[in-house]
Amino acid sequence: MEQSKELKVSAIKDGTVIDHIPANNLFRVISILGLDKIDNHLTFGNNLDSKKLGHKAIIKISDKFFEDTEINKIALVAPQAKLNIIKDYKVIEKKVVNVPTEIIGIAKCVNPKCITNNENVTTKFKVLDGNDVTLKCLYCEKITDKDNLVIIK
Amino acid sequence: MKNRSLVSIEDYTKDEILQILDRAAEFEKKPIQTILNGYVIASLFFEPSTRTRLSFESAVNKLGGRIIGFSDSGSSSVKKGESLNDTILTVANYSDLIVMRHPIEGAAKLASEVSPVPVVNAGDGANQHPTQTLLDMYSILKTQGTLENLNIFLVGDLKYGRTVHSLLMAMSHFNTTFNFISPEELKMPDEYKLYLDNLGLKYYEHTDFTKYIAEADIVYMTRVQRERFSDPMEYEKVKNVYVLRNSMLENTKSNMKVLHPLPRVNEIHQDVDTNEKAYYFQQALNGVYTRQAIIATILGL
Ligand SMILES: [Zn+2]
Repeated sequence: MEQSKELKVSAIKDGTVIDHIPANNLFRVISILGLDKIDNHLTFGNNLDSKKLGHKAIIKISDKFFEDTEINKIALVAPQAKLNIIKDYKVIEKKVVNVPTEIIGIAKCVNPKCITNNENVTTKFKVLDGNDVTLKCLYCEKITDKDNLVIIK
Repeated sequence: MKNRSLVSIEDYTKDEILQILDRAAEFEKKPIQTILNGYVIASLFFEPSTRTRLSFESAVNKLGGRIIGFSDSGSSSVKKGESLNDTILTVANYSDLIVMRHPIEGAAKLASEVSPVPVVNAGDGANQHPTQTLLDMYSILKTQGTLENLNIFLVGDLKYGRTVHSLLMAMSHFNTTFNFISPEELKMPDEYKLYLDNLGLKYYEHTDFTKYIAEADIVYMTRVQRERFSDPMEYEKVKNVYVLRNSMLENTKSNMKVLHPLPRVNEIHQDVDTNEKAYYFQQALNGVYTRQAIIATILGL
């Protein structure tokens, strides 16, 4: 069953497959990982059926392998994402996304009167609740939650 | 605490708070000293706040220090578009400590990150104003003889009032019982009530002054501002409910004191001023000793 779904997006020889991305966050994931700015061969499928997520998206990137710190950045928009590391058409390793305790950059602070929205400062948040996306700004101390989440880039 | 910036009241532990208050008591006994001789304190007020600025400047002057800076960003390079980063790095070259007031929230935190000299936050927008909290605590300690096990009434705008939020956080170290008196629209936010719940501290909510005021050790008044109400009719309905009058103090405890961060508009009737329980003007004077204590402690003097 899982196999046939994956076939909807063509197989890659070496690289990374990111699965279980919520369909509506596909382009956010692409943007956070900077996949729109690299030359690697990239395929993605969107609105695939998923028992877990309703609609999910999947990304396959050839010849690209992520550091954990890099991949954890997508935790805000795809906390259930799963990574398959592919070598020679075979899955050699599986990884899950871990929600970091601190988020640097990536998200905008919801508070228009926050210094990060008024000067050229990288945002910094403490993650109060990773599953439900609750971020406390380390500058203005206001809470940015899922409904107010705006990804920078 | 030496060389450490003071951005938020939560930067200080209970012991560190007590250390500042001890030191403030010393300065109250001997407010004129020469320990800041040769020191230059920068006073950067990106928005005007005459009261706070004068209190800091008085504190520094009485200790023999010099002040440089500006009282309004209109007359400074900030108006020409200089970034906060650049202003701080420049001013840090000329001073040993920076006192900063800024309308933008988180500005003090940013300044403390880029500044090679310590920064004291004199208010960043609606966020933090830790020296106000410390002077409030000094006033409470001085009038009650202790900070432990007191019953504190917070009155007025408890939703947006940063002074009441910081005071609540800081007093939560001392087994305080809180009573909140506010209109429905300006109630204490849930996050602070949850914070007290987690500490097992008691609090009670009221929408007007109650007979329980007889149990108060401290009544801390704040202003209820018209612009906080989405419905102007709501404001008209409640505006006179949160005004303290002398007659209301009749059955209160003998040690009870009325505090207010000032400036007051009409939330404390003038007939309270002559009551010995009115403490808000002495409270402002305590601000000078407290700020002397903060600056001296951070400079390691
Ligand atoms: Zn912020």
